[in-house]
Amino acid sequence: MALAYPNEVMKHFLKPKNMGEIKNPDGYGKVGNPSCGDVMEIFIKVKNNKISQIKFKTLGCAVAIALSSILTQVAKGKTIEEAEKIQNKDLLKLLKGDIPPSKFHCSVLAEQALKAAIEDYKKRQLQKN
Amino acid sequence: MKKIIYVDHAATTPVDERVIKAMLPFFKEKFGNPSVIYDLGVEAKKAIEKSRNKIAELINASPDEIFFTSGGTESDNWAIKGIAEAYPEKKHIITSNIEHHAVLNPIEWLEAKGYEITYLKVDAQGLINSKDVEKAIRKDTLMVSIMHANNEIGTIEPIEEIGRICREKNVIFHTDAVQTLGKLPIDIKKMNIDLLSASSHKIYGPKGVGMLYVRKDIKITPLIHGGGQERKMRSGTENVPGIVGFAKALEIAHKNMNKENEKLKQLTDYLKKEILSIEGAHLNGHPILRVPGNLNFWFEGIEGEGLIMLLNEGGICASTGSACSTSSLKPSHVLTAIGISPEHSHGSLRLTLGRSTTLKDVKFIAKIVKASVEKLRSMSVTWRK
Repeated sequence: MALAYPNEVMKHFLKPKNMGEIKNPDGYGKVGNPSCGDVMEIFIKVKNNKISQIKFKTLGCAVAIALSSILTQVAKGKTIEEAEKIQNKDLLKLLKGDIPPSKFHCSVLAEQALKAAIEDYKKRQLQKN
Repeated sequence: MKKIIYVDHAATTPVDERVIKAMLPFFKEKFGNPSVIYDLGVEAKKAIEKSRNKIAELINASPDEIFFTSGGTESDNWAIKGIAEAYPEKKHIITSNIEHHAVLNPIEWLEAKGYEITYLKVDAQGLINSKDVEKAIRKDTLMVSIMHANNEIGTIEPIEEIGRICREKNVIFHTDAVQTLGKLPIDIKKMNIDLLSASSHKIYGPKGVGMLYVRKDIKITPLIHGGGQERKMRSGTENVPGIVGFAKALEIAHKNMNKENEKLKQLTDYLKKEILSIEGAHLNGHPILRVPGNLNFWFEGIEGEGLIMLLNEGGICASTGSACSTSSLKPSHVLTAIGISPEHSHGSLRLTLGRSTTLKDVKFIAKIVKASVEKLRSMSVTWRK
């Protein structure tokens, strides 16, 4: 089981990119539920409508951690409109290999975590204006 | 190649060299079918009977009470379905909620056919109260099936007491001893056991062979019908090398039992202390009544599958009760039964030490577990110092 994951999962799990927190983020999203095993947090900083900084914290399996890492790489530098369009299947494609169907929900979680952070960012913008 | 440190002995064990040596002749030069009457077959038949005698002697049973099977799962299935078939008038079964699936699933299969099942609850350390067994017994109770020790948390159940109660109440008592045969003394007569399942590959024997002990006075219907091997009770050409290996493995295990358990106690005591020194680490199961070599923990703020994969990077083979490691995404039923929430059982780790484990190994394991837990917590959302 452990070694059955695609290399890309192992690469990101062992050396995740953009792992950590951002103090005073412009947007913050948290999705999942500890009782079902996975919780993801996404922190974003936005400059000129673009995601200039993004970090994650994840409680979950290797696939959840790897997909969080991949998500942050994909989203970084994108405009808010572009980032909103990121879907779980885009992330799964980047794994370059198959994961068990029972793990697909991890990719949905990653998509939702980013969307939640963007929602939060938009809400804060409205409050500012 | 990196060094492998194997601490998953409750899952399976490597075959002992002496066992392989005992088995080898029966693959090639002594390959005869035990059912035939020429010398080659008679020789194989004799080897089976010698193995049967040896195993019977080590558990204080008679050789004609030992039936060889394909392993623990078959033995459990046979014990439950075979007794149900033999005593059709009785429709109530007592078991526990921490049994192995090889016991729980055949029982659930009978439940779907209309049997009434009492699933006894264990306490927070995984112990069954023998008084609960006594209270649950009814006039129509077919059997009681309680494991000798649990495969995940290692808790040793009071089966001698349960056996006594069942004998007094004239109820059949089955125990799954897959985790204990060869590790703890088993005396069939003293413990009042009617049926006992065991497996070879947990005690440095080959996979694919096990046994069911059936007390002489107990009726049981065969599960597998065919050529009438095993005194018409379990058909199929006997796994001669497997049976010979099983007996040899058990003989070695018995010879070294005290010494081995003393060593395992020292190593597990050391490792337990080291791991419990990690903040937010907890022991699952009983503090004392455990199968030698078994340790089970849960860590706050991490998920077990990731932990197993980080340990694997360090060459350490261990297991977890985390739902994330299963295709069903359901947490371990054993951890749930002892009151560990799904959230917490996600962070569980089982280490089962064995014959090859050294002090150097456990020192390395402690170091890697500490580093891995720390790494996962640095990524995790719920672990905040």
